[in-house]
This record gives sequence, C-alpha cells and structure tokens, in this order.
Amino acid sequence: MHAALVQFKPRKGDLAANLDAMREIFAQLADGPVELIVFPEAAMTGYFLEGAVYELAFDAATFAAKVDAQWRAAGGTRPVDVAIGFYENALGTFHNSAMYVRCGGPDGVHIIHVHRKMFLPTYGVFDEERFLTRGRRLSVFETPFGAAALLICEDAWHSLVPTVAALKGARLLIVPSASPGRGIGGNGELESTTRWKAILASTAAEHGVYVLYAGLTGFEGGKGMSGGTSAYSPHGDVLQSLGPLDPGIILVQLDPAEIDLARATIPLLGDLSAVLPDLWLDEEIPVTRRLEERA
Amino acid sequence: MTLPVVEARLEEPSLTIDPALTARWLEAFLRDELIERRAMGRAVLGLSGGIDSALVAYLCARALGPENVYAIRMPYKASSSSSLTDAQRVVDALGIHVETIEITDAVDGYLKHVPDADARRKGNVMARTRMLVLFDQSARRNALPVGTGNKTERLLGYFTWHADDTPPVNPIGDLFKTQVWELARYLGVPTEVIDKPPSADLEANQTDEADIGITYAKADRILNMILHGYKDDAIVARGHTLAEVRLVRRRVDGTHWKRHLPTTALVSSTAINEFYLRPVDL
Repeated sequence: MHAALVQFKPRKGDLAANLDAMREIFAQLADGPVELIVFPEAAMTGYFLEGAVYELAFDAATFAAKVDAQWRAAGGTRPVDVAIGFYENALGTFHNSAMYVRCGGPDGVHIIHVHRKMFLPTYGVFDEERFLTRGRRLSVFETPFGAAALLICEDAWHSLVPTVAALKGARLLIVPSASPGRGIGGNGELESTTRWKAILASTAAEHGVYVLYAGLTGFEGGKGMSGGTSAYSPHGDVLQSLGPLDPGIILVQLDPAEIDLARATIPLLGDLSAVLPDLWLDEEIPVTRRLEERA
Repeated sequence: MTLPVVEARLEEPSLTIDPALTARWLEAFLRDELIERRAMGRAVLGLSGGIDSALVAYLCARALGPENVYAIRMPYKASSSSSLTDAQRVVDALGIHVETIEITDAVDGYLKHVPDADARRKGNVMARTRMLVLFDQSARRNALPVGTGNKTERLLGYFTWHADDTPPVNPIGDLFKTQVWELARYLGVPTEVIDKPPSADLEANQTDEADIGITYAKADRILNMILHGYKDDAIVARGHTLAEVRLVRRRVDGTHWKRHLPTTALVSSTAINEFYLRPVDL
C-alpha cells in the first residue's frame, strides 16, 4: 500500500480556507499511486478551539461529504482512503474524532470507521474534557492493507491502547495528532518530539505493526504544534520523518511481508496473546477487582 | 573486595536550552503571529540597551528582516547614557530602524503635579509612558508591538503592570533570564550588552539583582523547581537556603494578579473568559 502522511498547517477556525488547502494537496496526490492519505488531528479547524468547538464540529456524514467533495474537485477519478481528525457533533454530544473514509467511489463516499478519542488530555495546557466527551470503544477495521486502528494523540501514549489494537488484529496503527511542542533543552529536537518518536517506534517494534503518525504544525496562540509527521516499520525503524515547523508530505510504501518478518523474528505479540489471560485475570489488578465487585 | 560505587544525581529540572532550536522556534512564532495571522510583517519594540530587548530585536530581525524592525529608544533624563550607546550597538549590528523619543517632558509634565511621588511611582509612570509611546508608534508605523519581558521578571512581579507586559506578542516570555543570556550569546548580541548587570535603569547604579535580593542564577533554579511543584525542603536539598527559597516564593505568590487580566465580578453564565471561552487566535 502507498500512503501519504500530510503535515498540515491549518488557518485557525477557517474551514473554507483549510478545505481549499486540502483540495490542493489532493490535486498533488491524485495522479500518483497513493491509496491512503492521512491528515492530523483537528486538521480542518486547528486544535485549541475552546468553546468554539461547538460551532466547528460536524456530524460524521457531513464531514465525510466535505472531504469527498475536495477529492472529486481535485480531479480524483479513482477511490482513495482518507484518515483525518475532526471535531464531531454526534447528536449534541461532542467528540475529538478521526474517521477513515473512502472517497471518490462510484457510489459515493463511504465511512469505514469513526474513532472517538478515548484519552482526552485535561491537564496543563490541555483542556479537552472541559468541552468534549471521551470515546468508549477501540475498534479495528478493515483497509486495503489489512486490519487497522485509529489512535488519536494521547490514545497512543498509553501503551495499553496500541497493545489492545494489536491484540484485536490491527497491523496498521494510524495516529492523527496535534502536539504542542515543548522542551527546548533537547539536542536539536523538542523534548516532546523525542518522546513521541520513542513511543511510536517502541509501539511499532513491540507489536510488529506499521505506525503512521500525522502531526499538525503552525502556532496557535503561542503554542507551536510540533509536526513530527513520521512513519515506522514493524521493526520499529523510522522510515521517514518531517521536522516540527513546516507543512509537508511523506510518501511511504507499506509491505505486509515486513510484518511477518518482524513478528517471526521477535514474536512478542504472539507471546502476549498466550500470557495475557494470566496477566489479565490477576486479582491484584484494580480493573479485575472492580469487575468482580460489579458482578 | 570493595566494589566500585557510583552515586546517582539528585534530579532537578533542567534550565539548559538548545539555542539553535530555541531561536528557530521563536522566529517561527514571530513569523506566524505577525505575517500569517495578522498580515502585518513589521515589529516595533522599545530598545532599552538591556539584554531582553536586544535579544528580541535579534529575533525579530532574523524572523522578519531588519528592514521590518523599528526600535524605539525612550530615555528619561535620568537614564544612563550608556543605555543609549548599548542600544545603538544593537541597531548597528542588525541594521534595524531606530528612533529616539525622549519621555522626559511627558513624564515630568505629570510628575510636577505629584511632588510626593517616590522612586517606585516614578518608575511606574515612566514604564507606562513608554507603553503609550510604543502603542502610538505601532499605529504610526503599522507595526506590531513586540514584548520583551522574560519569564523570571514575570514570575517575580518585577515589572510594571499594564506597561512592560502589554504588547500582544512576546517571544521570550517563557525564557528564564539565564536562558535569555544563553540565547543572546548564541545569536551574537554584543558582549557589552550581555555582560553588564541587568538594570531597570530608573536610578543611578540600580541593578535588578540588588532590587530583587537574589542573583538571577539562583532565582531561576528556584523558580524552575517551584513551577515544577517542588516543596521548600526539596529545593533546599538541592543547594539553596531556606531564606532564598522563601524570598522567591513570596514574590511569586504575591504577584499572581500581575499575570492576569483584571478581576471581573461574575454575575452571569456567559461571563467572558469564565463561561464564554474563545482562543486568542480564532
């Protein structure tokens, strides 16, 4: 599978301008081999919206139609899959969501999956749960490459989330993100970016999965979104990455055979599947106790 | 047999910066704020001859081009002549625009009505007069005022409220003073400006460190630990006296109001910035 990861710099709250920019990116990619285009979290609005999130959120079908319209307007004459973060209005309940949507098909646009961010950062500079409701389910869905899962930003920081996705069969993890850069003591790289790369590479290597990360860029009220769009092989290698500050596109080719090689060399996922029941049923794990109390 | 023993360090949050990375980040911030968001592209700043405004002049010149930076020197009659000279060193090194606007007449025009004004009040009048000049120069030149307050003075409350802190953007407000020094050295700010003792230059021989009662090197380490949540005894364990820690903490705790907009009585469920919440850049 050929994928394109878009490091996108939105105009804050300017949906029309951002859709125009999306259309230009689509035009750039329409004639190539790309089958999947990944955009960051909150790509068409910017991330820090506070109360304006209620004015800039869409139901999934409406948002998908807008993405599909850009692909067609850009001259996309074949179907393409798009993974993109957006603020979702689900009948008056608001989520930080990402959709995997098939655009340009002969019978219209088709939403394959909508993931609602489960871990809403609400500390320090972050205030998501003041405005949004968290998602309750992590699902794996089928793509032309195979089973995949969407994890939005902090979802990927908890090692358990990608672990569950991999156990459910995901071979590809798509991570739309908006990460305000911080930590200037690093060696040529923001400390937050260094941490991101370590997490994503470790995730890919532990489970033998491809990880595709698309980061927002540009400053929002002094907070610089740190880009860092990057692709990781199932061996945990960085296949390509972008810097923090400028928009850009990574083209990456995913080879399912690499997953087999990685898992055959280091079969951690298979080992985990075997041992997980012993770990999970440990009565000292708080979640197990709570489940027993409920029963 | 005696085994070799190695001792792990007691962890302390670092103040080290990567100056190249920091400069790149702050320049991108200035370009985004001035050019992309406000379509303005020109900056105006008060150039005092001190290191903070010198550093901001360097960042603005690098981000926007020197032809788009307007430095305003605003001396009062009691200001040190070396301040003007040091400001000129920065102007000459960068090739930015400069204008000198004396604030003596404006300041004394008011002060003659209040002969009881002490040094602190006079200093505040000067700072607020400079703010007035800076904003008028902004309108005159269609250039955005750029702030020059650093994180240390913001935390210690060592500034005049609604004066030094008024410009709508500030590239160095999250940098401690010692980090300002490090970045200034990297960018090649004249050594005369870097090496002289920081001073508000309101009176002869005044220095910041004497006013505050502690060196910036110590204050920055203590402030950094306070901001990371360290308790007094933990900071003392990392090499500071309790008196130093208390001095710094008292200044921080006593000046939270200076880092906020005015307190507004809330009487509705639509109070601005309480219920009605919109980001600054929407």
